[in-house]
Amino acid sequence: MELVDIARWQFGIVTVYHFLFVPLTIGLTLIVALFETFWLRTKDPAYLRLTKFFGKLFLINFALGLVTGIVQEFQFGMNWSDYSRFVGDVFGAPLAIEGLLAFFLESTFLGLWIFGWDKLPRLVHAACMWIVHLGVLASSWFILAANSWMQHPVGYRFDEESGRAELTDFAAVMFNKVQLVTFPHVVLAAYLTAGAFVIGVSAWLYASKKHGSRVPGEDDPDAAEVLETARSDRAMYRKAMRISAVVMLVGGIGVVVSGDVQGKIMTEVQPMKMAAAEALYETEESCAPFSVFTIGTPDGTEEKFAVTVPCLLSFLGTGSFDGEVKGINELRETYRETYGADPGAAYYTASEYVPNIPVTYWTFRWMMGFGALGGAGAVLVLWLTRRSREEKVAPAWIGRVGIGLPVVMVLANSMGWIFTEMGRQPWVVFGLMTTESGVSPGVSVTEALISVITLTSLYAVLFVIEMKLLAKTVRKGPEEFVEPPDPGSKDHDPDAQLNFAY
Amino acid sequence: MLGMELTTVWFVIIAFLWIGYFALEGFDFGVGMLVPVLARDETERRVLINTVGPVWDGNEVWLLVAGGATFAAFPEWYATLFSGYYLPLLLILVALILRNLAFEYRHKGDTQQWRDRWDLALIGGSFVPAVLWGVAFANIVGGSPIDADKEFTGTLFTLLNPHGLLGGLTTLLLFATHGAMFVALKTDGDIRHRARALAVRLGIAAAVVAVVFLAWTQARTGDTSSAVAFVAAALVLVGGIGAASAGREGWAFLGTFLAIVLAVAGLFLALFPDVMVSSTSPAFSLTTTNAAASPYSLTVMTWAAAIFTPLVIGYQSWTYWVFRKRISTHHIPTADLADAR
Ligand code: HDD
Ligand code: HEM
Ligand code: HEM
Repeated sequence: MELVDIARWQFGIVTVYHFLFVPLTIGLTLIVALFETFWLRTKDPAYLRLTKFFGKLFLINFALGLVTGIVQEFQFGMNWSDYSRFVGDVFGAPLAIEGLLAFFLESTFLGLWIFGWDKLPRLVHAACMWIVHLGVLASSWFILAANSWMQHPVGYRFDEESGRAELTDFAAVMFNKVQLVTFPHVVLAAYLTAGAFVIGVSAWLYASKKHGSRVPGEDDPDAAEVLETARSDRAMYRKAMRISAVVMLVGGIGVVVSGDVQGKIMTEVQPMKMAAAEALYETEESCAPFSVFTIGTPDGTEEKFAVTVPCLLSFLGTGSFDGEVKGINELRETYRETYGADPGAAYYTASEYVPNIPVTYWTFRWMMGFGALGGAGAVLVLWLTRRSREEKVAPAWIGRVGIGLPVVMVLANSMGWIFTEMGRQPWVVFGLMTTESGVSPGVSVTEALISVITLTSLYAVLFVIEMKLLAKTVRKGPEEFVEPPDPGSKDHDPDAQLNFAY
Repeated sequence: MLGMELTTVWFVIIAFLWIGYFALEGFDFGVGMLVPVLARDETERRVLINTVGPVWDGNEVWLLVAGGATFAAFPEWYATLFSGYYLPLLLILVALILRNLAFEYRHKGDTQQWRDRWDLALIGGSFVPAVLWGVAFANIVGGSPIDADKEFTGTLFTLLNPHGLLGGLTTLLLFATHGAMFVALKTDGDIRHRARALAVRLGIAAAVVAVVFLAWTQARTGDTSSAVAFVAAALVLVGGIGAASAGREGWAFLGTFLAIVLAVAGLFLALFPDVMVSSTSPAFSLTTTNAAASPYSLTVMTWAAAIFTPLVIGYQSWTYWVFRKRISTHHIPTADLADAR
């Protein structure tokens, strides 16, 4: 194996892994902040129970997002040092500003939120979670600006003397047109994902015999009470679902709209990616069909059977049903003329300038497909738990559907990233630097192997631990309502036990 | 000309970030390492861990920002350092991952085995970076093999030279002392007194080792300014130990805090105007000019730093104020309360 392969595998593995947790962090900070705000406004105990319960799940998830983020920050320098030397002048600034602006904000105010129940006035406490959410959004903005620059470099010039890209216009990088659609797409996809998570978990609890769907035994003296508790719990889960459904709706519509615009911008700035996404070899002058499903040769070079929607691709790529969509073969010629015959030396010669077609083709479809599946599942669950069915005990399979929701949504996110990043190949910075020339020249294959094996096995173990903790916490369900201490009030005892401790 | 000045400004900012990182995370490394030494039972262990509970994450961000700022202001430095010191950095990464999860997950399990394992992660995860950061900095300042292409040409063992290892021992002992001082300041009851006594003993060991290491560094690459910083570091450390034995915990903590600030500042003064010394040839050393980003990029970041750094310092200080109270065993909630959050 060559160094570049190992470095790519490592980057792909640890980054996709990081992004399993990121969408939930982005979306859950919003939903938990909403729950806490509703509690402050209505004083309805259900909202506090939800705040604490989903806060707990959020923290389990956040811990892994955080530790895997540290690896991200380091690995550009470790495995991609030539890339770092080449782009640092442009790419470093958003990364540094992200840390200064966003990471400090997130970590500090999250610490205050976790430990501050008995130290901060209630309003300030709720504000902390809103500030964390702002920090998370800022973090996403800057890192996505950096990534968008790799997709579509702007605001820089190539300096002959230093042999690197140098920043000339910071605002252009911050408001790159790719960034302007990527940011909403990613953040709204995160809302969609977290909404699906809350709906899914609530549905599971709603249908669970231990929680929302308790049925008292024949001669249970407390039968009436059990039924009443189950009923009020079901009402609580429905509240959670209702709020999340709104978040999900906003996310879902936003993802489709922004994704549509992204497709057009992508066709403009990286036409090869669109052609690859569609496995479209020959240019279609108008009314290009969109294939929903294809069986071809394993390497994707030939189509055997396909289900297609006429003209849809033209619309996705250009906004008009009779727009022209360029094919892979023509684009390859154009790229050869523009960038020279052989971009990736030995590495990419086989399919010059053409990314891996089956991967781009399928990940693009799975992104949309998983998203649609998750959306449909959520609608089903919401329908089956609607208010008018309050007296009915929910069937247990609703819970299983519920647990599946966040899983398919998280997968949709991973697919989106794998598509975006692999569709850019063989470039690491589009049109400027190939992936192969970005790796660290001084790192040995052994070192890189040690690194990828260590991180992958560590991550595998952590995944198991994380899933167990999430499952355990969900199974336990929300705690009983306990009036939290109010440091704003007169009879607050400052020397009491800590409200929360590690 | 403006570019010249900005590179120096950014050298200072990066030095400041590392100083902040070591002075803050230094004590939470210390607390992590001292868990098996200072705590007698589960409740005491939790007292220790909770002294740093609300703040360790914020402390760690100093490292992330130092890394990001190096990437942006001195891309060559970032590239050479991170690809060159590959395996130690990988070890540090693994250690930080385990340590952070220990904080977050330890209290979430009910079995003794679960807690014991996370304790191990916390202790090891604090110990490893406490040593390796010292090794790394001794080599950055003292010199490591770097060729004309700015590539590191050594191996892991090149870094584990006597000067490097002494650097590691120095940071280890300094952070352990700093952690003990912090525990003495932040707890109450029996554990507070034990921590103070331990801080004095550790402090003396740290002072002896640090003096040897700093003198050696001074002899290798120091100038007048670094000598002043090193001497001042030694003096405040001794002052801090004195304050601890007199029972003045606030002053004692300030002593180790300033000792770390001054010692790290001294290392950066000895380094300037290089950012990584090449032991192959002085001509190959990375400097604030040959490793720097363009003047425009530095200007943009200077604005960002000027606006946001005071804000960050403001709200981080506020956090320390909010959680200023000492913690003792009677504050630790019983198990079910802990779960009830
Ligand atoms: C769209 C959003 C997004 C994307 C594309 C990335 N991240 Fe991330 N990152 C976040 C959104 C985020 C977050 C939501 O803000 C996290 C997740 C969990 C957390 O602690 O914050 C985070 C955490 C996080 C942390 C820990 C922060 C802390 O200690 O609080 C670091 C160092 C990074 N990330 C670095 C990166 C790098 C170098 C990436 C590029 C390869 C990257 N992230 C991709
Ligand atoms: C968090 C969401 C992201 C995911 C899931 C993701 C996923 C991936 C994947 C799967 C690859 C491998 C492509 C290949 O090698 O064929 C890759 C490559 C790469 N990505 Fe991303 N990416 C993400 C965000 C980013 C961001 C935000 C940046 C920059 C700030 C970035 C920078 C890179 C670089 C430098 C490579 C080149 C290395 C390589 O080709 O393997 N990625 N990414
Ligand atoms: C009709 C629905 C959708 C369309 C038309 C769409 C379109 C797109 C396009 C064109 C890209 C590539 C952008 C580029 O490389 O320049 C993309 C990327 C991405 N998509 Fe979607 N998408 C849809 C649904 C979803 C869903 C449901 C999710 C997740 C829940 C999602 C998550 C992502 C992510 C994380 C990326 C990578 C980051 C980025 O480049 O924005 N997408 N999407």
